[in-house]
Amino acid sequence: MAQLTYHQVDSDILRAMQAPGWRYYTLLSIDLIVVAWGIFAWRYTVQHGLGVWGLTHPVMWAMDITNFVFWVGIAHSGTLISAILYLFRVRWRASIYRTAEAVTVFALFTAGLFPIIHLGRPWVFHWLLPYSQFGGLWVNFRSPLVWDVFAVMTYMIISVLFFFTGLVPDMAVVRNRSSGWRQKIYAFMAQGWQGTDRQWHHYKAAYVFLAALATPLVISVHSVVSWDFAQTIVPGWHSTIFAPYFVAGAIHSGLAMVIMLLIPVRRVFRLDAYLTQEHLENLAKLIILTGLIVGYAYAVETYIAWYSNNVPEWQRFTYQVTGEYAVPFWIMILFNSLVPLLFFIKRIRTSTPWLLIIAILINIGMWMERFVIIVTGLAHEYDPYSWGLFIPTWVDISITLGAFAWFFLWFLLFIKFLPVISIVEVKEELPPPMKSHSREH
Amino acid sequence: MADSVTGLVGSFRYVDSLLEAIEQVREAGYRDLQALSPVPHHAIDEALKKPVSPVRYFTLAGCLLGCLIGFTLTISTSLYYPLITGGKPIVSIPPFLIIVFELTILFGGLLTLGGMLLNARLPIVGVGPAYHPRFSEDQFGLWVRCADKDYETVTSLLKNAGAEEILRAGQETAL
Repeated sequence: MAQLTYHQVDSDILRAMQAPGWRYYTLLSIDLIVVAWGIFAWRYTVQHGLGVWGLTHPVMWAMDITNFVFWVGIAHSGTLISAILYLFRVRWRASIYRTAEAVTVFALFTAGLFPIIHLGRPWVFHWLLPYSQFGGLWVNFRSPLVWDVFAVMTYMIISVLFFFTGLVPDMAVVRNRSSGWRQKIYAFMAQGWQGTDRQWHHYKAAYVFLAALATPLVISVHSVVSWDFAQTIVPGWHSTIFAPYFVAGAIHSGLAMVIMLLIPVRRVFRLDAYLTQEHLENLAKLIILTGLIVGYAYAVETYIAWYSNNVPEWQRFTYQVTGEYAVPFWIMILFNSLVPLLFFIKRIRTSTPWLLIIAILINIGMWMERFVIIVTGLAHEYDPYSWGLFIPTWVDISITLGAFAWFFLWFLLFIKFLPVISIVEVKEELPPPMKSHSREH
Repeated sequence: MADSVTGLVGSFRYVDSLLEAIEQVREAGYRDLQALSPVPHHAIDEALKKPVSPVRYFTLAGCLLGCLIGFTLTISTSLYYPLITGGKPIVSIPPFLIIVFELTILFGGLLTLGGMLLNARLPIVGVGPAYHPRFSEDQFGLWVRCADKDYETVTSLLKNAGAEEILRAGQETAL
């Protein structure tokens, strides 16, 4: 990126925000149709009750909770890239962090829907919130589900703050280059930003602290989500490894999602100078790490199921490996822990088609992992008399697809309304214009 | 404050020219300066001899406040309506710590943002008198607040440091 000038950075990145062509509108229309179909399926659920899903005793948590856990997980890599790598002064994060942070925010918008959808009576969602209800009764702070509300809401608020704080200096650039009603909106988002020494001084300080707060937060969020399961006595759920296992899996899937979205963005907007192969390669290297942690967690689960000599635990494990849900289980093993090992080969992790394929496989694998953990745990609990089998209905599948479309809808709007790469952070990585340098040339 | 919109704004192409200008103008006794730049730069803060940003105290205060709210909320509401669940004590500190932790982060983040806005004097409607869109693009600016009689001295100081254009503050703001 050394040959770029500040002026060129502005032009290149803002070019992505130009009026879209017919391909964009076609994609947007298809996406909106799927969202509408998902909303219809939700409406159908509200009208007829949760019985229209495949839920059957004892599997009362299935695809809805799978989607919730999956999307909260997707959010995690954005915070890893924007906050954790920022604190570690990793320079290559500058051009990918905006997209990653957007993935966090939109994944949380998607995840946040599912607890509400799962209520069956979504209009009473405020019962989840801490306020004095029914003669002075408050929410039960000993319940993991209430921890979840606090963790996910905090995560959503902090991520949105972090996202918009990072956007402010860029909005000033966009404001200066736009006109009419657009300029008014961007001027509002820029909050009167001028890049004065006073503004930068406090901005940089605040940014470091927001990153420092987001780092423990992101680790806490998926730990809390994992405790929704680990705090119960369900075999296969009641395990101390769940928190680190979920956090690693979350980052694993999130990184794959970021790669999956960056590749088309780079291609369509011709941003090869900013999103280089090196960025994708570094993400692939991170995936090797998370993939190994996830693989290790699978191995530990297996080992503990055997070593504990606990009959329900072992029967749950054999059921998972050979029972009705064996196919999702083996997809999960293959796609999450074995396929990412291909990234050890340099030719594969530097090849765009391979990166894209493996990223998609990891996302499928991670969705299956959430499904396998939740459903097989519940399907074969202690008492063989009350074993059950969950089979998804069209409503389950429609809501799931609708959620994916909902996420991509936000992303499609994002790439046209906001700069996909942080203008200011890319400029910061360039050598600053120096008189002493220009004399040498 | 009409009297604050006085002085000259020099625009520079290079960071080191700006730093030189800051140094010379400060030496000449002008301390009411404002630098404008498209990217943050440590050297600018150092040249202006800025103290450490007080945003850190806002973060600390927010975290302590969130922690306090977390304990108060969980303990007081449990005592107000004592309902035993899962055979656990009414005041069960370990699970409450999760709420405390999340609220610590939440209020820490909110007050950090508040502290930033307060200290950076944001948001404002429009932009300041020294601003020009090029200061968000690829030029560096220095606004020296001075009386009319000093314009000549300041102009020559800025010119010597390498200013490419010098305007009166408030003269040309595009937005």
